[in-house]
Amino acid sequence: MSLENFVRSVGRRGLDLVGTLGRSLIFLILSLFYGITPPFKIRRLIEQIKFIGVKSLIIVIITAVFTGMVLGLQGYYTLSKFGSQGLLGSAVALSIIRELGPVLTALMVTGRAGSSITAEIGIMQMTEQIKALDMMAVNPVKYVVSPKILAGIISLPILTAIFDLVGIGGGYLVGVKMLGVSEGAYFGEMVHAVEWVDVYGGFVKSIAFGLIVSWICCFIGYFARPTTEGVAEATTNAVVISSVSILVMDYVLTSLLL
Amino acid sequence: MITVENVIKTYDGLKALDDVSARFERGKITVILGGSGSGKTTLLRQITGLEMPTSGRILFGESDVTQLRKKELFELRKKMGMLFQGGALFNSLSVYENIAFPLREHAKLAEATIRTMVKMKLELVGLRGMEKLMPSQLSGGMMKRVALARSLIMDPQVVFYDEPTSGLDPISAGVIDKLIKDLNATLGVTSVVVSHDIVSAFNIAHKIIILYFGKKIAEGTVEDIKSTEDERVIQFIEGRPEGPIPFSRSDKDFFEDILIS
Repeated sequence: MSLENFVRSVGRRGLDLVGTLGRSLIFLILSLFYGITPPFKIRRLIEQIKFIGVKSLIIVIITAVFTGMVLGLQGYYTLSKFGSQGLLGSAVALSIIRELGPVLTALMVTGRAGSSITAEIGIMQMTEQIKALDMMAVNPVKYVVSPKILAGIISLPILTAIFDLVGIGGGYLVGVKMLGVSEGAYFGEMVHAVEWVDVYGGFVKSIAFGLIVSWICCFIGYFARPTTEGVAEATTNAVVISSVSILVMDYVLTSLLL
Repeated sequence: MITVENVIKTYDGLKALDDVSARFERGKITVILGGSGSGKTTLLRQITGLEMPTSGRILFGESDVTQLRKKELFELRKKMGMLFQGGALFNSLSVYENIAFPLREHAKLAEATIRTMVKMKLELVGLRGMEKLMPSQLSGGMMKRVALARSLIMDPQVVFYDEPTSGLDPISAGVIDKLIKDLNATLGVTSVVVSHDIVSAFNIAHKIIILYFGKKIAEGTVEDIKSTEDERVIQFIEGRPEGPIPFSRSDKDFFEDILIS
């Protein structure tokens, strides 16, 4: 490939990317606007919270228990090298509340609900259901997309709170019940070590991740090519791009909130 | 009722519609005929405002569809019904909820009223008693009849049909044709049918428009079309593989193409 062609293709891809980013931002702004202006689609919102939130509960709880348990195990091993097993509670709580809770919850929701959001919207586009809504004078973005994005923003903080609680419980199980750290030390140190800013930071992260997951998955599904391959590709892209964005955003937010 | 004036639509520089003008009269069934890629579905999308033409005007009654704002377009759409090719029923809703959907969105009615209206439309398409079924439990023909009931629930002035008989067995196709005719005769619904089914078109049409590569090549009553001397129209009607419409879609000469490569 000649240099000229190379530059040209880089330029074209660059322009495409900027165009897509711009469109996705307009898409997000419109969805949020439709979401918070009447007539409200309360039923649709509750359905979506049930789908994104309630149905993700089991997988989030399982992930949280084992994350907490492995943190208990690893933390005990590391801390006992310095003879400070008593700090186990703080170590587990801080890692989960600041970092692992929001990130792992968001990744699990992406895998479980995000992929199916993309597939659902992509198939609605493919089978002309989106056009049918438009023809019935129902705004498809307001009806299909807005409730999903709002549900993501509402569900993620709650799921994260549950993750945090269950994770700390998992650490307690391993640290206190199995390895014999004193219960008073586990919870006592935790109360001292965890500050309001830690909880607040985790909360902000979980809202941001909820927005990112539902936004990316809805956008990619809505503009998927209306073919079988198009929807399949869109679903993969949605999961990959959401997951990477969560990790990138996690770094950005951590550095801002620290 | 609907007037299309000099409509041009291009996608990435390719002309899908090339200066098409047509009139769709009130209370009549007009069939837009054409092969795949002739631009007939594109024309339907321009008329309904799902897409905006590159140039030209589309008058729906008094209002120009191409100039309307979203809100005004939505008001106009309440007077339109559309039967999509695959039915476009919502998979997660039952037959009853699918048909009731536009009512729930646009009118505040008591559940008893909605139930009566849904039953009436289902009776019209011959499927009363199927309210509780889900779309996945229906056959292709039944899905289209449910979709038709849904598009009629707001009592539209115009109903658009996108390939209503394609993919159906002859009996189901006949049922759909009969429904289109009956609805037109009893309710006076203006009907615009996009199709490549000649038999069905001759059976139901008051007027036929034939599109060929984005251009209108014929317009008239069934008798006009049958007695035409235009070779392209005759080839299309008789379904002959050879004729003025070429078999090969390549514009390059075959031998030249092989020799150069």
